[in-house]
Amino acid sequence: MSSAIARPTTGRGLPRRLVTVSLFLLPALALYALFVLLPIVQAAHYSLYKWNGLEPLTNFIGLDNYVKAFNDKGFRTAVSNNLLVIVLSLAIQIPFALGLAVLLNRRFPGRAVFRLIFFLPYVLSEAIAGIVFSLMLRPEALVDTGLTTVGLGALIQDWLGDTHIVMITVFFIISWKYFGFHMILLLAGLQGIPREIEEAARIDGADAVGVFRHVTLPLLGPTLRVSVFLSMIGALQLFDMVWVTTGGGPLNATNTMAIAMFRAGFEKSQMGYGSALAVVLFLFGLLVALAYQRFVLRRDVEGAVTAYNG
Amino acid sequence: MSSELPTLTATARTTAGRRRPLLARRGLGGIARYAVLVTVAFTILVPVAYAVLGGFKTNGQLAANPGSILPDPWVLTNYTDVLFGKNAAAFWRETANSLIIAAVSVGLTVGLASLAAFVFARMVFPGREAMYTLFVFGLLFPSAVAILPLYILVRNLGLSGNLLGVALPQAAFALPLTIVILRPFFRSIPAELEDAARIDGCSSFGFFWRVLLPLARPALATVSVLAIVTTWNAFMLPLILLNGADQWTLPLGVMNFSTEYSSDQARVLAFTVVALIPAVVFYAFAERQLVGGLTSGAVKG
Repeated sequence: MSSAIARPTTGRGLPRRLVTVSLFLLPALALYALFVLLPIVQAAHYSLYKWNGLEPLTNFIGLDNYVKAFNDKGFRTAVSNNLLVIVLSLAIQIPFALGLAVLLNRRFPGRAVFRLIFFLPYVLSEAIAGIVFSLMLRPEALVDTGLTTVGLGALIQDWLGDTHIVMITVFFIISWKYFGFHMILLLAGLQGIPREIEEAARIDGADAVGVFRHVTLPLLGPTLRVSVFLSMIGALQLFDMVWVTTGGGPLNATNTMAIAMFRAGFEKSQMGYGSALAVVLFLFGLLVALAYQRFVLRRDVEGAVTAYNG
Repeated sequence: MSSELPTLTATARTTAGRRRPLLARRGLGGIARYAVLVTVAFTILVPVAYAVLGGFKTNGQLAANPGSILPDPWVLTNYTDVLFGKNAAAFWRETANSLIIAAVSVGLTVGLASLAAFVFARMVFPGREAMYTLFVFGLLFPSAVAILPLYILVRNLGLSGNLLGVALPQAAFALPLTIVILRPFFRSIPAELEDAARIDGCSSFGFFWRVLLPLARPALATVSVLAIVTTWNAFMLPLILLNGADQWTLPLGVMNFSTEYSSDQARVLAFTVVALIPAVVFYAFAERQLVGGLTSGAVKG
């Protein structure tokens, strides 16, 4: 089928075709290799040196930067904060987005307006969202006043100043910005599920919860996995929103791997150490990507086997 | 035959079944649905409304009465200062910088990614899938990883403090998603068209330029919109690569404005609101492409 649609150019010799291919491909490849692939390789290289970014790269120290990272309390806080955001995203943000996607997956008056509003924060920059939230969350500003007005004054916290809750506050702001993105993905996934399948399950006696659990969720699997994956990668490289709202503070309470890397490289001129942190970040990303690939692959194989048996 | 029968009954019942929820929709379930949706919409809109209305207040009003909704009286100076007055120079310069970076970077991304997606979609050559995987790889890892060496690289290229030094890496980072979205689209264009074009004497580039690109206009619009939003909101890369107030983009400008005027909240809010207008206007016009692009890129990917 696909070969009938995209029949390759076969009429000409391979060498000539290779010239054409190169001319089309090389510009993109050059840009990509220079600004994306090369820096990653360089990060691995720099991470083996003690280097301030200016002098010649001579002070080779092996894996010392990695040992240092492992013993760096601030960086350990950063890793655990990144992991916390991953857990919270999977436990709260994605289920919330899924719930809203289910609510919007019906025709009713006002649906388009709600979709438009929920997705709006995604197009606003982190700088804008972060600054407005910082102002709202200042002591005795809008949020505190609002809580007092509705009689919930007891809940008031020093939202961005208390080291125990500030990470949760940041997570809330991130969710405000990104749940709409996941909702749109999941909504598209839901719309790809033929109504007939769900209706058939209903006729077979399944209740709404049963249909959702045993029919809708499994069919939504691929979309859900993409959503989970993007959310994890996003949580791993969390930088912008933290930088704008708290700068990683107070007392490192909202430190993240990217913040630690940035501070090492640009504030302390430890380019070698910062690069080691970048490599650690890369390894976390790789782990997530491999888990995702493996999961997807296994599911595909399972699907193929079931189809073969059936 | 036997497999067709259940499908038929299922569809027949579906049309009957659809009438039931219509009643239910107006009942308790419908009200609960609206209650949830309105609450969430409220939470989304409060910060936006707070910023817009706050910009019309004085600092005195903001401090004395943080819970009041409407300004009393309405003050225009914050907004007029940002648009035409003493803060206008910064605002317009930052807008221009953002526009220049977005134009160069999105133009480059879409141009180069189209060329690459074309050969990935329609030509057979050794190493094609490996090359393609190399680009897909770019989707899978956190881009923050490349930041420090990128800073060194851009400095060594003599591009630090140059808008081009931001636009080029940003174009490079947007390539993977753009190629991944364009490839299946280019593939779906029938081979008969290509054969016909070749019989008419078109070269590969001629077919690409005169037939494929015009046909792919919707897909190109989609990837452009996606790339524009990403570039426009980018924060970390410009923060690292630009080194002076006259190069700042809007997000950096907003950030620095809020530090510079930290005791003048109303002015910060006004600046922030004016800075978000371009994104909101753009969203109003391009929502369809944006949503379509994200879903086609992610759901199929």
